[in-house]
Amino acid sequence: MRIIVCIKQVPKAQELQVDPVTQTLKRVGVPSEINPPDANALEIALTLKDRHPAEVVVLSMGPTSFDESLERAVAMGADRSVLLTDRILGGSDTVPTAYALSETIQKIGGYDLILTGEETTDASTGHVGPGIAGHLDLPQITYVSEVRIVDNTVRARRTAEDGTEWWQTNMPSLCTVNFGCNKPRSPTLTGKIRVKRGGVIVHWSCADVGIDPKKVGLLNSPTIVAKVDTIRLPPRAGRIFSGDAKESVRALLDALIRDRVVAP
Amino acid sequence: MTDGHVLEDKSHFRGVWVFLEGRAGGLRDVSTQLIGEGRRLADLRGTPLTGILPGHGVDALAERAIGFGLDRVIVVDDPMLEIYRSRPYAQVMAQLVRRQKPEIVLFGASKNGRDLGGRLHAILETGLAADCVKFDIDADGNLDMIRPSFGGKSLAHILCKKHRPQMASVRRNVFVAPPHNPDRRGEIVHERVELSPQDLDAKLLEFDEFTKEGGLRPEEADIVVSGGYGLGDPKNFQLLQDLADRLGGAIAASRKAVDSGWVPKTLQVGQTGMTVRPKLYIAVGISGAVQHLAGMQESDKILVINIDPKAPLFEIADYGIVGDLFEVLPEMIRQLDALKGGGVAGQPALPAEAR
Ligand SMILES: Cc1cc2nc3c(=O)[nH]c(=O)nc-3n(C[C@H](O)[C@H](O)[C@H](O)COP(=O)(O)OP(=O)(O)OC[C@H]3O[C@@H](n4cnc5c(N)ncnc54)[C@H](O)[C@@H]3O)c2cc1C
Ligand SMILES: Nc1ncnc2c1ncn2[C@@H]1O[C@H](COP(=O)(O)O)[C@@H](O)[C@H]1O
Repeated sequence: MRIIVCIKQVPKAQELQVDPVTQTLKRVGVPSEINPPDANALEIALTLKDRHPAEVVVLSMGPTSFDESLERAVAMGADRSVLLTDRILGGSDTVPTAYALSETIQKIGGYDLILTGEETTDASTGHVGPGIAGHLDLPQITYVSEVRIVDNTVRARRTAEDGTEWWQTNMPSLCTVNFGCNKPRSPTLTGKIRVKRGGVIVHWSCADVGIDPKKVGLLNSPTIVAKVDTIRLPPRAGRIFSGDAKESVRALLDALIRDRVVAP
Repeated sequence: MTDGHVLEDKSHFRGVWVFLEGRAGGLRDVSTQLIGEGRRLADLRGTPLTGILPGHGVDALAERAIGFGLDRVIVVDDPMLEIYRSRPYAQVMAQLVRRQKPEIVLFGASKNGRDLGGRLHAILETGLAADCVKFDIDADGNLDMIRPSFGGKSLAHILCKKHRPQMASVRRNVFVAPPHNPDRRGEIVHERVELSPQDLDAKLLEFDEFTKEGGLRPEEADIVVSGGYGLGDPKNFQLLQDLADRLGGAIAASRKAVDSGWVPKTLQVGQTGMTVRPKLYIAVGISGAVQHLAGMQESDKILVINIDPKAPLFEIADYGIVGDLFEVLPEMIRQLDALKGGGVAGQPALPAEAR
């Protein structure tokens, strides 16, 4: 069985900062991580590999700085990784991203299961996973927390608004994975040694994959960000009490009652 | 790949569509809210507003939906559409869009709405903006789709200038559902879409409904007492409930508390949970991740109780106590009871005008 996990490298959550001049996300000099739900997706793949004969291939699209996350994924236990990296991909929205990742998945070939995260912390659309399923015409199960392979079918537990659902599909299929549904394992020593030895990442360009340059990049993305307004939230009073619990609770309740937030 | 219509002439695309989701014989609240905003946009564009309702035996629901402000409903009735499934629903939407060429298609940003929109926008190769909170029509007649970005620190204006339809999903509870008018007349159109048994590529094996908590819903409460990972254990939510009872409030939780299995998913506040705007939001043992803020930062007043003075949530606090919640909460309950002269649990403590 071959499992392909799509991961994106994102700025660390705590470091999300908007550049006051360009109004875009600061990416330079900000520590990065694997998009957290993608790490949960990788953990699901690695757990399946613990139980079944499987190869786990990690796929990402982005600049070569994403190698850092791909190496980490291999050190965690993935077999190999592919980075689709090409200048002409810059500025792609979810339509070209889903298209380009789909083409790359087809080039990798022989896949039985594709996993993505539920959404990214930087773009947070959740559209790329279902978009890949649409392009490749695969069954899709979104927002899953658990995946089992039973008699050559995929069974996945999905969290919907009103309850949890168990879905079954044939393979190949695609699942998008919930953030926090498991604890991603740490890199192992053997994994790190494999990374050190090299050869665990291949870089492909659009030409390598056969991606149509007229279908990717900023200019070929249906959506554009016309402008960004900074939100000015109303200033908050910020009356913080500390020290002895009894004293601070008394001071707090006094303030709440005086401000008529709570009645005596 | 399919269409990819980069348009020279966009005028063939007319009308505003809203995708309708049923639930337990009625419409999901996000769908009625969509109808309200869809009505406004359709009027601005001078075009009709159409609801799209795939399902089985849903004519009565279509009839009812019209009362919220639709001009017509397109019903696609097929036993294969009885429950929501990604592929057949995406097939139906793709075929209808190609046939009828709407200008704007709106979805609720529910799990199924995002599941469907994500698949459909790739099939149609057109723009889709997620989780919108506001819309405008720009000078060129494009839909200005406005959504929070950078973790709610700003609002991004998304345009889809060259492709049609312009598609967007809409966050729950940002638009107000219009009142239902049973006298409103509209047209119900039955469309047929070819589906084959292969389109049923996913089988629902089991459904476990979340048990609805009996108490006050956080969305409806004036005071919300919300607990995070700092509570350390599900049984400590009783402390939260005790405080909420004294204040006439409802309890809620961060996603980490929910993911830990301490409280039901239906209590989750945040970007992937509910949005609440109470008069007072009390955050206990919650650090203040951007995804949490997305669901509560519009509360009138915010009170933060956290042992770590550097917890990011203090930055947007009106009131705060730096301290151990296991000392602070019992003390608050004690002092509130004393203030009430013994205090009766369950009595609201809000001044009348604030209720
Ligand atoms: C795609 C995605 C979607 C997400 N959606 C949501 C969402 O909808 N809602 C949401 O909430 N999160 C969401 N998250 C998760 C979010 O990023 C944070 O991980 C989460 O909000 C943290 O929860 P927390 O504050 O309860 O836990 P923590 O961050 O662990 O904070 C616990 C806090 O408790 C305090 N504490 C510990 N002990 C005590 C004590 N004795 N007394 C007082 N204070 C104490 C600590 O100082 C700390 O500040 C999402 C994440 C992703 C990636
Ligand atoms: N550039 C990318 N490279 C690899 N996977 C991606 C990329 N962008 C998005 N994804 C995958 O698609 C999921 C949803 O992303 P998004 O639609 O951007 O919220 C992510 O969790 C990833 O698994």
